[in-house]
Amino acid sequence: MTSFTGPASSAHARPPRVGLFCTCLVDTLRPSVGFAAAKLLEEAGCEVDVPRQTCCGQPAFNSGDRATARALAEQTIAAFESFDYVVAPSGSCAGMMKTHYAELFAGEPDGMIRAEHFCAKVYELVSFLVDVMGMTSVTARYEGVATYHDSCSGLRELKVKDQPRTLLASVEGLTLNEMADADTCCGFGGTFCVKYPDISNAIVGKKADNVVASGADTLLAGDLGCLMNMAGKLQREGHQIAVRHVAEVLAGMGDGPAIGVAKKD
Amino acid sequence: MSIAITSPQLKENAAEALKDAQLQEALAKVGPGFIGKRAAAAAAMPEFDALRDSARDIKNHTLAHLDLYLERFEEKVREAGGHVHYAVDAADARAIITDICKRLSAKTVTKGKSMISEEIGLNDHLEAQGIIPVETDLGEYLIQIRHETPSHIIAPAIHLNKRQVEADFRRVHTDLPADRDLTEPTSLLAEARGELRQKFLVADVGITGANFLIAETGTSVLVTNEGNGDLTQTLPKAHIVLASLEKLVPTLEDATQLLRVLARSATGQDMSVYTTFSTGPRRPQDGDGPGEYHVVLLDNGRSAMLEGELREMLRCIRCGACMNHCPVYHAIGGHAYGWVYPGPMGSVLTPSLIGVEKGANLPNASTFCGRCEEVCPVRIPLPKLMRHWREKEFERHLTPAPQRYGLKVWSFFATRGWLYRPATRLAMAALSLLGRSKGRFSSLPLAGGWTKYRDFPAPEGDTFQAQWRARKASSRSNAA
Ligand code: SF4
Repeated sequence: MTSFTGPASSAHARPPRVGLFCTCLVDTLRPSVGFAAAKLLEEAGCEVDVPRQTCCGQPAFNSGDRATARALAEQTIAAFESFDYVVAPSGSCAGMMKTHYAELFAGEPDGMIRAEHFCAKVYELVSFLVDVMGMTSVTARYEGVATYHDSCSGLRELKVKDQPRTLLASVEGLTLNEMADADTCCGFGGTFCVKYPDISNAIVGKKADNVVASGADTLLAGDLGCLMNMAGKLQREGHQIAVRHVAEVLAGMGDGPAIGVAKKD
Repeated sequence: MSIAITSPQLKENAAEALKDAQLQEALAKVGPGFIGKRAAAAAAMPEFDALRDSARDIKNHTLAHLDLYLERFEEKVREAGGHVHYAVDAADARAIITDICKRLSAKTVTKGKSMISEEIGLNDHLEAQGIIPVETDLGEYLIQIRHETPSHIIAPAIHLNKRQVEADFRRVHTDLPADRDLTEPTSLLAEARGELRQKFLVADVGITGANFLIAETGTSVLVTNEGNGDLTQTLPKAHIVLASLEKLVPTLEDATQLLRVLARSATGQDMSVYTTFSTGPRRPQDGDGPGEYHVVLLDNGRSAMLEGELREMLRCIRCGACMNHCPVYHAIGGHAYGWVYPGPMGSVLTPSLIGVEKGANLPNASTFCGRCEEVCPVRIPLPKLMRHWREKEFERHLTPAPQRYGLKVWSFFATRGWLYRPATRLAMAALSLLGRSKGRFSSLPLAGGWTKYRDFPAPEGDTFQAQWRARKASSRSNAA
């Protein structure tokens, strides 16, 4: 049984309405992560909807294009304003929305207040389930030895570290083997990985070595960008390690094809 | 030696560095060597994070009143019998130092480790004037005899290994027996000591940097682990302290607070082995000490940084923790950054000092993983300041064309959801069809940067948003 502690889940007279920010990568490349996130949120007692959306604006923000970042922030805020919470299956996008949106409206008092209001409602999926909804375990099975990579923005901007490990500990059949340097960057860095491919490759190469050395058959993380980077590297090196978003496993949906693996016909 | 700027070629530098097996072997030790030690030192001190807050506040306060503290410092140095010289830029600082050396007919100058000396290219300049500079910090000595530049701000020769040092010593110390044993690090150290001891004794002027300048007392503070700084500043006729403006702190108490976070952040030591406070020249009752005491205060673009967002960078106490924890530094080392200051602090500082035109590559070559900010003892938001430079670059249309164009196309769609959603659906449908058999691509047009080293996953099929809406619609019609 998925279980909860504390007052968090009972504090709401009506189910909290969560706007799922699916992230542009999940939207386009791996929708199953979006469905896993929705399932987990519903299991936690939330009412979930997915308003029309594009991107949180982080690529523009980190490329120095503040105007586009601000336009996308405005668009996202408008789309999600009516929800109690905004939840994303990504520490990177949630970190962008929660910790950077307000500064995009510097010098615009109204915009700033609106953004701060919005920021307060934004959460990364797994930390939301544990910290806000009080989830302490999930009902899921996954046969395998997994290792978990701490994606940087989630870890450092949003303090996502123990929450996924707490929930993973309740997955039947799953053993968690920590790798060395789990909290070291995988070298993705958004556009960094294509702007500086050689450096990015050196960093993800070390990460792949650590993943392999952990003895795990499954690599999990909470950000699709990092996952694609690590999966792509492991596959290029010929490793058979299944790479998945942590939400897939927590939602009991870890039986579909792993990232970069063909569907069985 | 003075440093040619190769920051615009960061990519090429990095590619070279990644191919250099010896360098990679040396770099592999940086993380394990520093990260655990800092973490242990921080964990052993419950008030460490509170101290970091206070370190940040001390620096912020000083920067807010820098003019007052500079005046006070100058007054106190003068009272102690020393001299303060303001240098607007590198050329100015070099000229001031050469003038002092020439007046004292200096032939050799011993030097403690100073990044400012690297910044102003002092050694080359002194040599051109017929004055021989001798670096006395072991790491600096090594790179001096190799005609290299520092690759790290606190461990300048971290890119070298023992075998290289042995070969260099045999090449340079030709007066020593050729069959001597140099296989042990201790024998290398002993040999360097012996060589340097002579130099200390004959030097006419000693030049050191400073970790802090104390306004209250007119004191310069220097920390080292080798004690070379003490011999450099006490033995010669004159001691010249070369430091940048932001080294000021108001009081002795402030300096000791900052010392408590400095060594812990840098090497994980509680304190460096030597911490030396120097105030003025030798007094009549002193047994030793320099006859003259000069402080050369370098601006070189720093007062301009005081205004605006980069001011926070002036809090930096040069501990090196940011580079010790940086995945990019671990991969490519310090030389690849192409100027004096490497790693995250260099990526922020360099564009301010050499211009964003030449330095823009540095703040771009970051994954924004945030680990530097996490460990910085004075809490400098390094990723935010690197982003500041990306904004400047973007505003001034300096961003490389392919990137700029890509960003434009993407933002056109992303800001027009009605166009974005059908367009992504179409693209994903096509891509998923193409990649269906393998589940991934080993090459993709326009994605060479990715697929050069990694496979790219084929999309599952339709977009999440479209599937979600379809499911909603069908559950609604089922319900109806
Ligand atoms: S930026 Fe911070 S971590 Fe880096 S050298 Fe300066 S004080 Fe140390």
